[in-house]
Amino acid sequence: MLVVNGLVKRFGGFTAVNNVSFKVEKGEILGLIGPNGSGKSTIFNMLSGTFPPTSGSIQFDGSEIAGLPPHRIINRGVGRTFQIPRPFRRLSIFENVALAGYYGQGGGSGGHSLAKANESAEKALAMVGLPTDRDASVDGLGAAGLKKLELAKAIATGPKLLLADESLGGLDEAEMDQAADMLRKIRDELGITIIWVEHIMGVLMRVVDRVMVLDHGEKISEGLPSVVSGDPRVVEVYLGTDADMTQAAAAEARR
Amino acid sequence: MSVRQFVPWIVGAVLIALPFVYRDPYHLHIIILILIWSFAYTSWSMMGRFGLVSLGHGGFMGVGAYVTALLWNHLGVSPWFGIPIALVCAGALALIVAYPCFRFRITGHYFALVTLALSGIVLQVITATRDYTGGSLGYTPDRTKGSHLVALQFDDKTTWYLIALGVWVAGLLIWRWVDRSMDRYALEAISEDEDAAAAAGVNVTYEKLKITVISALMTALAGALYCQYQMFISPDTVSGIAVSLQMVFAVVVGGIYVALGPTVGAIITILLAEGLRIGFGTKAVGWDNLVYGVLLVVFIIFLPKGILGSLLARLKSPGKPQP
Repeated sequence: MLVVNGLVKRFGGFTAVNNVSFKVEKGEILGLIGPNGSGKSTIFNMLSGTFPPTSGSIQFDGSEIAGLPPHRIINRGVGRTFQIPRPFRRLSIFENVALAGYYGQGGGSGGHSLAKANESAEKALAMVGLPTDRDASVDGLGAAGLKKLELAKAIATGPKLLLADESLGGLDEAEMDQAADMLRKIRDELGITIIWVEHIMGVLMRVVDRVMVLDHGEKISEGLPSVVSGDPRVVEVYLGTDADMTQAAAAEARR
Repeated sequence: MSVRQFVPWIVGAVLIALPFVYRDPYHLHIIILILIWSFAYTSWSMMGRFGLVSLGHGGFMGVGAYVTALLWNHLGVSPWFGIPIALVCAGALALIVAYPCFRFRITGHYFALVTLALSGIVLQVITATRDYTGGSLGYTPDRTKGSHLVALQFDDKTTWYLIALGVWVAGLLIWRWVDRSMDRYALEAISEDEDAAAAAGVNVTYEKLKITVISALMTALAGALYCQYQMFISPDTVSGIAVSLQMVFAVVVGGIYVALGPTVGAIITILLAEGLRIGFGTKAVGWDNLVYGVLLVVFIIFLPKGILGSLLARLKSPGKPQP
């Protein structure tokens, strides 16, 4: 479904992403992990069109999307969430999601109606468990609610591939589990393929089918969660500082 | 049917009937000015309400007025064709200035500065080409010798009143059309966070260009109407930075987020200018700008929703103090 080849991004003299290639199969959940500054968000920003890659190709459903503007990539079926939720506070919860449902599915360029946008907003809100009444304000949402809204917006754009950026930062453990289950539910019920960027290893390892590890902009490991979390290079660069966490993650993955 | 539903119709009927019942030419003149400027301010607020603060709308107004008048005087083109041509010019100017801004994400203060330059440039062009435009002395469309309708020149205040009223209502309808459209959501989203709006699938550059061009076209129409009504234009009255700032002031004072806010702003600015003129005569030239400046600061700090906006907010939730 997604084939990324030789992706490079330089900011001036700094290489944020260096020659990264990977594939995502339809229906899988790929975990993308790595320490802060390893290039995870940069990859997401290129996949979603926030900025173009310096070089390399991104093929989605057989056609090149590298360098397209964000709204065109979203209309092709790649949705995204942001690491820090970015709700539109001047709109209600419903309007936030209806907006994504309208423009995300090609609204404004014709062929998509308001009624359909409202319908996809209702579905997306119900999916993540937010109220579907029209006037509920964003200001009433806590950290978990904002993450849900972020997800609902992304789902409403009708993606085939969802780029979920660190969706669990700032949640407590119960909320984390809930959110992880939510991603799985989105994949299972809506058939949306997911790439999930996350700091918190444990929960991620439990849900993803495969995991890819980045360090300093390069891919250092890729494979099944149980295998990757035992990879000595991964242990060294990502988990090396905390051996307990490695074991916990490995145990979690084997479960 | 509740009483509220009849209110717009009753107000409309009263407004249409007014010039046939009340014939004081000076007061009608003031009301016509208020209507034309209300329309101009409404045009500015179309984009201003979404954080697209333009200080260049004097430029669009100038293009609307001068292109119409120049075409009539030099080429004998009727304003019925001259005004559409002037609108096309203003639209093209808006695209030329706004596209690079939006494409390269010049926003906020920087966008305001670029548009400020636009005001200045249009003013300079008008003064520099004084052989054609009369420069800073101003310009008068030739009085028609033939049909008044073709020349869009009427001596009769009632006709102008009805034209201005129609255009003002049209402006409010366009405002409401945008307010109820999906584009409003998109533009609100863009004004908060362009990247997040783009991630929701909004074509940020296109949406901003669309509202800018609509706003510029409306403003140019206001300029052309002002020219046809007053039969005299000068860089100071329809173009330049003072006019641009006056638009910002009036809309902020009236209420930037409500349909009738710009109208309230126009009533205040025009009554203020007339009051100063009558009270102090030529001694007070330029005082209105001073008052605008002071009031603008006071309003932005203490009443950011403007007079009408704050009033409506208070009516909606009585007892709760509004920020």
